Amino acid sequence: MKKMNRRSLLKGGLAGGVIGALGLGKKAEAAGTFEGYPDRMGVLVDLTRCIGCRSCEAACNKEQKLPAPDKPFDDFSVFDEIHLGQKRRPTEKAYTIVNRYDVEGQDKPVYRKIQCNHCNEPACLSSCFVNAYTKTPEGAVMYDPKVCVGCRTCMIACPFYVPAYSYSSVLNPVVKKCIMCYDTRLKFGRRPACAEACPRETLTFGKREDLIYYARQRIKLNPGKYVNHIYGEKEVGGTSWLYLSGVPFEEVGFDTHLGNQPILNYVKEFLTIVPMVLTIWPALFAGFHLLATRKENKNKESESQK
Amino acid sequence: MAMKRLIADGHVPIASYYKDETQTQWLVKEKLWLGLTPKQYFTQFFRNPFNWILIAIYSVGIPVTVGRFLFGLGWVTHSSYDYPWGLFLGWGLFVMVPLSASGFMLGTTVEVFGRKDFKPIERLALLNGLLGYFFAVIFLQVDLGQPWRLIYPMFVSLGPAAVLFLVAWHVATYLSVQVAELVPALAEWLNWPSAKKYIKSMVLGLTIAGIILSTLHQGALGALFTYAPGKVHPLWYSSPFQWFHFFCSSIFAGLSMLIVVSTLCKKFMSWRCDRNFLDNLDRQTLGLAKGCALALITYFIIKILAVAHDNDWKYLFTDWGLWFTFEIVAGTIVPLVLYTMAVRNQNASLARFSAFIAVMGIALNRLNTALITFNWQLYQEIPHWRELVIVFTVYATYIVTYRFILYRLPILYTWKGDK
Repeated sequence: MKKMNRRSLLKGGLAGGVIGALGLGKKAEAAGTFEGYPDRMGVLVDLTRCIGCRSCEAACNKEQKLPAPDKPFDDFSVFDEIHLGQKRRPTEKAYTIVNRYDVEGQDKPVYRKIQCNHCNEPACLSSCFVNAYTKTPEGAVMYDPKVCVGCRTCMIACPFYVPAYSYSSVLNPVVKKCIMCYDTRLKFGRRPACAEACPRETLTFGKREDLIYYARQRIKLNPGKYVNHIYGEKEVGGTSWLYLSGVPFEEVGFDTHLGNQPILNYVKEFLTIVPMVLTIWPALFAGFHLLATRKENKNKESESQK
Repeated sequence: MAMKRLIADGHVPIASYYKDETQTQWLVKEKLWLGLTPKQYFTQFFRNPFNWILIAIYSVGIPVTVGRFLFGLGWVTHSSYDYPWGLFLGWGLFVMVPLSASGFMLGTTVEVFGRKDFKPIERLALLNGLLGYFFAVIFLQVDLGQPWRLIYPMFVSLGPAAVLFLVAWHVATYLSVQVAELVPALAEWLNWPSAKKYIKSMVLGLTIAGIILSTLHQGALGALFTYAPGKVHPLWYSSPFQWFHFFCSSIFAGLSMLIVVSTLCKKFMSWRCDRNFLDNLDRQTLGLAKGCALALITYFIIKILAVAHDNDWKYLFTDWGLWFTFEIVAGTIVPLVLYTMAVRNQNASLARFSAFIAVMGIALNRLNTALITFNWQLYQEIPHWRELVIVFTVYATYIVTYRFILYRLPILYTWKGDK
């Protein structure tokens, strides 16, 4: 009987060990600080320049070969659309959209363009269990529809509510979001279609580092014109798309409570305990077992000695 | 009910290899028919009013469920980009999995802590675990955009740093552990003594693997929400405590579910239970109640601790805070008090009532986290009616499968003639 016990214990230990080896790999990837690619590109959006002409929406639709929109791009009634109390958001048919805000104390409305912000440490990427997302050295956050299982955790994780999903597709539903025109433009060093289409130079394309410098300059050289903040410089670990605004950001639909930590940092608290449970539990519970059954074993031993 | 009438007429439920008088072995086919003739079988089937409810659910549910795979998720859900997870995961994964923690809890109690006095209910606990997990995977398959790619995170494209990766691997491994743990029941029924012996030789290893896997994936389900710090309401969100809240509550969730299921078995399936099960049930129920009370007090303390740690007191006095207080009082404090009273007064019926409340409480907590307080700053998503129909259909199938196995395998009774 005693021999049996030892054997089963060993098996328990082995099972734990194998799982442990798997789990430790997990931890190693989760840890380490990602500094970001040095030459990543970005776009600076200056809300004070945008006139809501929707040229960027049209350009995106054409570049990404998206289906025809429900309303034409020169129909400005879309700015009045309210769906479930919300203004428009990116969808499977539109990777970027512009919303209008009537801000108190401003004689003209403020327009804000929304698209994927291409985070430095994307939450979609770190939450994806099939590694469908990649952050390219050029700064784009890419998505591989060929491996996507459709769990939609990335949509849960994205703090900006960006990824959309083609629910209507039966056989190949996939995530749909802005890829910064990576395939057709960014890869070759060219600016995204929306940035090129903008007639007001609202969208400035460049190295992220340089953009932050320009943004600072603009704030400094135009006293009173801008709020002293570059949205996206630090939010959730920084994003490739950066925003300048003449009105407080929360008044034009930005979430100003996201904090500066990348989303992954909130998850790390759990990831740290994984290897500990994997390695400590087997020994601990095998020990409990020996303690709990020691009387039983003693009885058996003394019985067999008789 | 209908079975009771057959038994009153002299039918003996199968519980051994041999037909009583003749010493000839039961055939597998006969065992599947419960030793009844097909005519007898269908008579009892249609006499059972519960089957008519099932038929009603299926008559609406099967077409809708088939429709989900023919017309896509867009046909059965609101296709929300803001609420990517609806009832399929909210109920099917986040509620089903904690309610299925009974398997590893009782496995630990009996095999690791050597509490053989819980042996009569151990198999029911294991089965409750196995089926809960299995149907959580079924729910997941309904929800996934491309269910045929389920094995991608295992073999095709690995994202090992993601929490869901851990959940996927652990649920898959744990499912096989649970199947192995139940092989002895199947082996008795099919007369495969060697399979039973083989599993018995590694039961401790399996059980410890079960504890590890359960600790981590129960916790991981909570950790999934740490990806959405701004979206889940702060009272239901705590980065350092989330995994522990989910793990700790799964302890009393699993045990309470076991009490509920065993109560249902005693009430509606007593013909299938043997004396060993029925006579020990009150004592075991009170033992489980004690475990629940301990887990509940721990859970209550860490819930309050999390509010203090994150300094969320200010939210307590808002509408959401009221809802939070309701969940804590109705889902934690009330069952805690009732369980304690039940243990004090050795009142098994009170423990059963309390278990029912605790199960509802945990369901409310998970739905609150996944759906109700999710996007608390946006709008409330009300699931599409077809989504609800599918949840009922899959859950009905869970019950049917559960009952099918309980009717046959030696879960609620001891197999005779087995050394």
